[in-house]
Amino acid sequence: MSAESDLIVRLDGVAKSFGAVHALDGVSLDLRAGECLGLVGHNGAGKSTLMNVLSGNLLPDTGAIVIAGQDVTAGYSPQTAMQRGVRCVYQELSLCPNLTVAENARISHPAIAGFGWRRAARALIGAKLDEVFPGHGISTNDVVGDLSIARRQMVEIARAFAVTDTPARVVILDEPTSSLDAVVAEKLLKHVRRYVEGGGTCVLISHLLGEVLETSDRIAVMRDGGVVALDAARSFTRNSLVAAMGSVAETQTAAAADGAVIRDGAPVTLRATPSAPETLTLTAHKGEVVGLAGLSGQGQTELLVRVFEHAPGTDVSGNVSLVAGDRQSDGVFPLWSIAENVSIGSLRQFLDGFLLNHDKAFEFSNRWKDKIGIRTPDMADPILSLSGGNQQKALFARALGAPAEIIVMDDPMRGVDVGTKQEVYAMIREEAQKGRTFLWYTTEMDELRNCDHVYVFREGAIVADLTRAEMTEERVLHASFRADA
Amino acid sequence: MSALLSPRLLRSLLPPLSLAALLIAIFWLQPRTMSYFGLNLLLNLAVPIALATIAQMFILCVNELDLSLGGFVSLVACVTATWVHDTPLLGFAALVGLIAVYAALGALIHLRNLPSIVVTLGMSFVWLGLAVLVLPTPGGKAPEYIRSLMTLKPFFVPMPIIASVLIAGLVHLFLMRSALGTVLRGAGGNAKSLERAGWSILRIKMTMFALAGFFGVLSGMALVGLTTSADANIALRYTLLSIAGVILGGGEFVGGRVSPIGAVIGAVTLALAGSFLSFLRLNPDWQIGAQGAILIIVLALRVLISRTEAKA
Repeated sequence: MSAESDLIVRLDGVAKSFGAVHALDGVSLDLRAGECLGLVGHNGAGKSTLMNVLSGNLLPDTGAIVIAGQDVTAGYSPQTAMQRGVRCVYQELSLCPNLTVAENARISHPAIAGFGWRRAARALIGAKLDEVFPGHGISTNDVVGDLSIARRQMVEIARAFAVTDTPARVVILDEPTSSLDAVVAEKLLKHVRRYVEGGGTCVLISHLLGEVLETSDRIAVMRDGGVVALDAARSFTRNSLVAAMGSVAETQTAAAADGAVIRDGAPVTLRATPSAPETLTLTAHKGEVVGLAGLSGQGQTELLVRVFEHAPGTDVSGNVSLVAGDRQSDGVFPLWSIAENVSIGSLRQFLDGFLLNHDKAFEFSNRWKDKIGIRTPDMADPILSLSGGNQQKALFARALGAPAEIIVMDDPMRGVDVGTKQEVYAMIREEAQKGRTFLWYTTEMDELRNCDHVYVFREGAIVADLTRAEMTEERVLHASFRADA
Repeated sequence: MSALLSPRLLRSLLPPLSLAALLIAIFWLQPRTMSYFGLNLLLNLAVPIALATIAQMFILCVNELDLSLGGFVSLVACVTATWVHDTPLLGFAALVGLIAVYAALGALIHLRNLPSIVVTLGMSFVWLGLAVLVLPTPGGKAPEYIRSLMTLKPFFVPMPIIASVLIAGLVHLFLMRSALGTVLRGAGGNAKSLERAGWSILRIKMTMFALAGFFGVLSGMALVGLTTSADANIALRYTLLSIAGVILGGGEFVGGRVSPIGAVIGAVTLALAGSFLSFLRLNPDWQIGAQGAILIIVLALRVLISRTEAKA
């Protein structure tokens, strides 16, 4: 297995700095044919930077990239990467929303051209979608902007695996399952195994340690721009991976005090009923953390938005602020500084007469920087200088800093590292004890354990109402799937 | 059943329906326009506007805006009425040079990351100044072949209609249906994605600007063919007309969402709106305002349809 002939890619002492930040500190890594390499680590550990180097989007400061025995470092670019068969599915989706599914396939496969190119593109991407995600329900003539995030992700993955004149030798998947539900994610991981067994090479970057452990042959753990552990997947366990990443091992949050007490004593702050027929009603009491569970895209976000808008059919007492899940489109103001992004939620607090007191606003954001631990030298830096997890922290600071009694969260932990998650869970608990109410839509089972009460959604309706004590993974899964399917 | 009248379809039908409504209103006010001659007269000036709108559409497709188009078309008209008429070789070389300048502008905007509004606003004064230099006083003469092409009287269907359909169809084939056009549009949707797939955004921007320059040149030549002479201010209003035409035709300012057929329909609608208001015997002082009102009504309808689409 470790024969030299199997070696597809060798990264040799690759280093990359952005200003004073050493994103990569001399990383050496081999990729072999017929293996899936799991890549885990904190946000900001350098995983995405490393993969951007491999896919030609960033030139390394020092070090060499060797593909199939040839040193390609000089003038390495996305084109060379494509020609050598290196494909990448990026964490933030990179499809053109104004084009159809088939047209997007054409963008990354220049070989599709000339007369009849549309038919060729449709056949290519359609066949791959059928192969990877049977029953996907996507038409190749759909405009990508009209598709849900999960379906866009499916298109992007299928596009990376599709083969025209250049082979797909190495496919890099950066958080591919973050917006897919469990069933679709399972299909993808199965396809990865099939692809790898057929001689392909896959790099799987994920924060879901379970899927990395299950799918990979080898796992590399990154920390602070270097690989700190690299071994066969079976020699790792969930805890040893977390330990190697350098963050505190996850422990059950004991703080999720028994929900019945809160339910009995506290007043109801909001009631909401989904618009679907035959549904239960969601109730939240003061000081409660209420989880919205189920597969992705079953009406959870819609309900959150209705609560946020105080729409008819909801009975909300108090101000609501929202933590967006889709950072790129609903969350950050990309041209603003971190401080501005944090303070925009509570501008009224900084008024001097009718003018804004910028010093007050800046001081406010600095307070939140310390409180929530946003890792930046200066809050006046642009928001996009932060890693994804830290951007999300800034969004939390915006929502928690606003004078709102109710906080709704739309799957806010997408692609956030374990350490950051623990810090945010603790903060949510603390704020709940101060009397705030949280509505928390999440696709991760672990996060539900932090909730006092869980409502399971299916096809736009609430189908189960579980207290903390009743909530088990099995019951949530059971409710998420129709009995007849 | 509901798919028959989906909001998406409604939205794409809005431009042709507005045009049809306007035509019916004109025919009703002035039945004599419902003839070969009447239509010819009514739609004549729509051809250069349609060409300018297509030029603007290429720029909008890559998320830029061209505020110099009117000045550019004026300059082309002046060059056509003088150099192209007197010394064709020099004239055509000048026009090719102008297209090259447009491509260079695209490169400049992309490489220096400048706002296109600022660059093109500056260029509009350059074009105007050059136009005055080329033709200080109104005059010049259209080359005979352009004149005869623009006043061609084909059998049965008036020339402007044939020209509009031809322009819309050809550009549609190129931009919306061809493999190359797909890449060009993709740059407006997600430039980063294209870069990652190995396409050069610089080349795409230069291509789009050069195409805009090419259609700007066609617009200026068509205009001179109709008016027989030129003046430096002849097409200044084309800047805003072309932007309005693209938007009226269903295009958007960002995101690479444009439609060549829609743009031509939008341009024709705008050209007809002027005649419609004249037939209403509206005081010319009010006409610009009324044209704006028509624009607002159509765009409001579009927003309304998009809202129902978002709800569905």
